[in-house]
Amino acid sequence: MSSTPLLYGLCAVALFAIGLLGAFLHSGLLTRLLAVNVSGSGVLLLFVVLAYQGAGQRPDPVPHALVLTGLVVAVSATALALMLGRWLQRPEQEPEPETEQDQE
Amino acid sequence: MTNLLVWPVLLSLAAALGTLIAPSNAARIATVAAALSLWSVLLLLSAVIAEGPQWLILGGWPQGLGIALHADPLSALFLLMSAAVCLAATIFARRYVEHSRYRSQFWPLWLLLQTAIYALLLAADLFNIYVTLELLGLSAVTLSALGGSRAAVQAAVNYLILGLLGSLLFLAGIALIYGRYASLDLQLLARVVEPGPSLWVAMALMTAGLVLKSALFPLHFWLPAVHANAPAPVSAVLSALVVKVAFYLIMRLWLDLFNPAVMSTAADLFGVFGALAIVWGSWQAMFTARLKLLAAYSSIAQLGYLFLFLSLVLVMPEGEDRQLLLGALVLFALSHGFAKSALFLAAGTVQQYAGHDRIAELRGVAGQLPLTFFSLGLAGVALIGLPPSGSFLAKWQLLSTTLLAGQWYWVAVVVVGSLMACVYMFRVLSVAFGEEGVATQRIHSRREELPTLALAVTATLILGLGGVWVWRVLDVGAAGGLG
Repeated sequence: MSSTPLLYGLCAVALFAIGLLGAFLHSGLLTRLLAVNVSGSGVLLLFVVLAYQGAGQRPDPVPHALVLTGLVVAVSATALALMLGRWLQRPEQEPEPETEQDQE
Repeated sequence: MTNLLVWPVLLSLAAALGTLIAPSNAARIATVAAALSLWSVLLLLSAVIAEGPQWLILGGWPQGLGIALHADPLSALFLLMSAAVCLAATIFARRYVEHSRYRSQFWPLWLLLQTAIYALLLAADLFNIYVTLELLGLSAVTLSALGGSRAAVQAAVNYLILGLLGSLLFLAGIALIYGRYASLDLQLLARVVEPGPSLWVAMALMTAGLVLKSALFPLHFWLPAVHANAPAPVSAVLSALVVKVAFYLIMRLWLDLFNPAVMSTAADLFGVFGALAIVWGSWQAMFTARLKLLAAYSSIAQLGYLFLFLSLVLVMPEGEDRQLLLGALVLFALSHGFAKSALFLAAGTVQQYAGHDRIAELRGVAGQLPLTFFSLGLAGVALIGLPPSGSFLAKWQLLSTTLLAGQWYWVAVVVVGSLMACVYMFRVLSVAFGEEGVATQRIHSRREELPTLALAVTATLILGLGGVWVWRVLDVGAAGGLG
């Protein structure tokens, strides 16, 4: 049974790497955001694997608490990214005179 | 007196909620909170000097379980810089955002950003650091998008995604460390870490994440667009503090936690990329068309110096020389924090006054904004590293250390970088002090320019003439470190 956590661990690393590659190689916001989330799942899965302390043993609660926090952060960040994405979709507003930003 | 540790964080957080409840008084609440935070940081610093490092474990949990806060001379000095810059930028922002569309969203986010900065500098365990990094990233991204232009939002999206990737790399490193040592507490970890493959991989992951966030060349590419398109007070804090706290974490981790596992090749890499950042950032700053972009590229160069300093400190044996160079590093970081925020605030005033920040079209502006350009000149003195600025002392220490060690190539980099800084600062000043005037957009109040002046004076005169004090404060904790 000791190979099961190893398998999960390898899956976690693979997910993390896939997500990282996706986020760096693609340019669309949604694709990159999904890639970041895939990568995040990999890291969180890694924490879940670390909590495993052998068959019949009680899992370590600390990584679980960390995963919960990590999930909250991931949800908030995803929501913020989607909102910014919607800002990009809308037509450009009239810039205010005193905070005019030039396009570089 | 250990309760002092919670005040900077608590005041800013409470004020952030207060601005949501009472939006009409938001600016006043933020100013009072920033002033009180600075006051509490000063008290904390004096406690650190008098009694040594301060600890607080919230909720009475045993060490390693609860959220621990920790302040030593290093974090207290960074806190002091952050609180002072935040106060000046807050006073500046009162006028700056008064008539803007985003006025109501600005203040809660602005205070949350400060909360995150203080919490991060005080954090004593790795996971707490991760959470504060994310809080910092999310509030910084939203603030940088507030200008609302397409360029600003696009830059913010890019900043957000890269920031998230940086945090994930950091978190993956934390997972490896927890898996190996079953602890997240920096103090406990510092006693048990030992060199080995798992620590090296964790070091690489965490450092990669933080390097991305602190915009070290070649991972700097997101920075210019973000810092140049954000509202001026936001740019000031982003450039002076947000990238610098990421650097602070690298410093903290490498000096305190990874110290037994530091390899000279890894330290040299910091130096090489730092040197490239100095040359590349200064080069871009010399030719860019806009004042805020110039300031942003200059930040990349100045961060390069910090990494160059760090690489030299890391390979030095423990002792007086190392302590001298570490003090120079901190002095340089503080000087840059004040000088760069002054430069960005000055750029904001120029932009509001002239309606744009295209350097070539700023002819004669100095005559109409004398105080702002005086501040800009003073900030330039600190950015170039001329006496009597704090960065002059720091660079002097850097030069004498590298010369004594026979590392002439670092000397060359520092000299060339300083000359290039001269070029980009004098390019702005020579145009602005030219003859003809530009059309005035609105009447300007002197008071608006005072925070900028205060920051520039701090960078150039106070830190320059009082630089010895930084070394003395750091020496209080020299023996202990985190242990």
